[in-house]
Amino acid sequence: MRLWMLIIAAIILSFISLFIGAIDIKPSHLLDWDSREMQIFLISRVPRLIAIILAGAGMSIAGLIMQSLSRNKFVSPTTAGTLDAAKLGILISMLFFTNVTYTQQVIFSFVFALVGTLLFMQILDRIKFKDVVFVPLIGIMYGNILSSVTTFFAYEADLLQNISAWLMGSFTLIIAGRYELLYLSIPAVILAYLYANKFTVAGMGEDFAKNLGLSYKLVLNIGLILVAIIATTVVLTVGVIPFLGLIVPNIVSLYMGDNLRKTIPHTAVLGVVFLLICDIIGRLVIYPFEIPVNVTVAVIGSAIFLIMLFRGRAYAKK
Amino acid sequence: MRKNSTKLIILAVAAIICILLYGFYDIKGGFDYAFPRRMMRVGAMVITGFAIAYSTVVFQTITQNRILTPSVMGLDSMFEVVQTLIFFFAGSVSIWVVNQYLNFAASIAAMVLFALVLYRFLFRADKHPIYLLLLIGMIIGTFLGSLVSFLQVLIDPVEYLSLQSRLFASFVNIKVELLYISMGILFLAFAYGYRILSQLDVMSLGRENAINLGINYDRLVLNVLILSSVLIATSTALVGPITFFGLIIANLSYQYLVTYKHSVHILGAGLMSVIALVGGQFIVEHIFEMNTTLSVIINFVGGIYFIYLLLKESRAAG
Repeated sequence: MRLWMLIIAAIILSFISLFIGAIDIKPSHLLDWDSREMQIFLISRVPRLIAIILAGAGMSIAGLIMQSLSRNKFVSPTTAGTLDAAKLGILISMLFFTNVTYTQQVIFSFVFALVGTLLFMQILDRIKFKDVVFVPLIGIMYGNILSSVTTFFAYEADLLQNISAWLMGSFTLIIAGRYELLYLSIPAVILAYLYANKFTVAGMGEDFAKNLGLSYKLVLNIGLILVAIIATTVVLTVGVIPFLGLIVPNIVSLYMGDNLRKTIPHTAVLGVVFLLICDIIGRLVIYPFEIPVNVTVAVIGSAIFLIMLFRGRAYAKK
Repeated sequence: MRKNSTKLIILAVAAIICILLYGFYDIKGGFDYAFPRRMMRVGAMVITGFAIAYSTVVFQTITQNRILTPSVMGLDSMFEVVQTLIFFFAGSVSIWVVNQYLNFAASIAAMVLFALVLYRFLFRADKHPIYLLLLIGMIIGTFLGSLVSFLQVLIDPVEYLSLQSRLFASFVNIKVELLYISMGILFLAFAYGYRILSQLDVMSLGRENAINLGINYDRLVLNVLILSSVLIATSTALVGPITFFGLIIANLSYQYLVTYKHSVHILGAGLMSVIALVGGQFIVEHIFEMNTTLSVIINFVGGIYFIYLLLKESRAAG
């Protein structure tokens, strides 16, 4: 698959995404700057598209970085507790401050996502038995434990409903003024691209990377910080989108290999395409109502992951 | 053997103490009102405990491992899928919903089918590594879970309300009419289950040895799978899914009671689950005075125990 094909697909899908919704907007409406349709277009449709693009590209790249650094194809924000840790962070910030500000939530969630992922990497370091499948298994359980802690405190503090709102990744509530935090993931993605070669080398193992003169720990920490930034911004604005960071990098790696400098653009665009398709399906199935995007992503994503597990064990070992 | 019987008596005494404590502690106001209601809950917990204990222990025998349980492999998610599908295609006033027996029969039929497919593809085809099976099981669970939420969004809101009351079960919110049905089912299942206990002891020697010793292995496996599905369906319908519970009690029983006899393990695991459920519910309600549900705590403890088991196994393997 060529990059330009993916980009064209993304552009076509973006165009479709802009013109689907409860209110019928035709391109001709947009010629009139003051029309109601134009207002809706600017306040709701465009921010939604931007949010989808940023979240899709960001989550896929976060997954790619984690897979490279942990040297395991099945590690991703979903299977390493990152998203659950970010959720826990938001909850703790709400328990600590009575009138929690947005900034406080962002900081707490970021710190928790970072520490949570770091902790998981530490656990990985300790385990001698690094089976491709064993590692994500531990990661999923680790995430489950974190989220049962979250449920426990949320239950006690009557915040369960708030928490389930983040559980549901959805673009329905994205309007101008509610998604701008996602722009923070742009510098993270650019940095990821700049560091791509170093991540590739780090992915060859600590000893090898040090031999090549790479400051392994520094690269590892930068990678994890980038992942935490992306995960935090997505969880706080859109909610949890499972499996995205797991599936997209794996599909790209199937036909492109593991040189991050080359695969990052593909991964980003394919992530956008995948998320756009899921979102459009969710908006059309019960039109004019919507299905939250995390549901469509989870159904399609877990099915693809199962296929990967059945077919791809030999491949993942490579 | 004598030592085991002493241990079983200790467990039985502890279980009775838990039940008495839960039944009589701090009864205020109308004894006639509170006591029967508490006993109803105890009844449900005892039924659930033994159902899970039996199904987990025999399931682990036929799959020859100590980590996989029917719940971990997604069998209780299957129950929710069936219920949702029935509401989705037949509606809440159809005979499939109104008639409890028919509804139960349909659920069990689907679960048996699912268990058989799982068994054929995962446990028989060729020797898959256990971690792969586990991960596949968990992802199947996620897949079924998100399929349920996908369908639930599509269901008519009025129908959804009655579906929710069917699926939302917990130890506090127990359905009395189901209690009698499940008592009957449990009795029948145990009457049959008692007869095959000694065959199961032989079965744990492995397929070849068991066949050599005159066991109709494949037929017995089929029967055990049906029995497990029936029991899991009963407990899920009664109190909702508790994923890691079977895993904890079965493994505790293997550690505490040193024997190959299924009768001892099932009895031990059953008593332990009564202690854990009734005692746990007592602590949650009266000591901590928490609003949280017991299953949140069980999932937390179970998750940690699960990681511990995995790490222990992996050390043995690696």
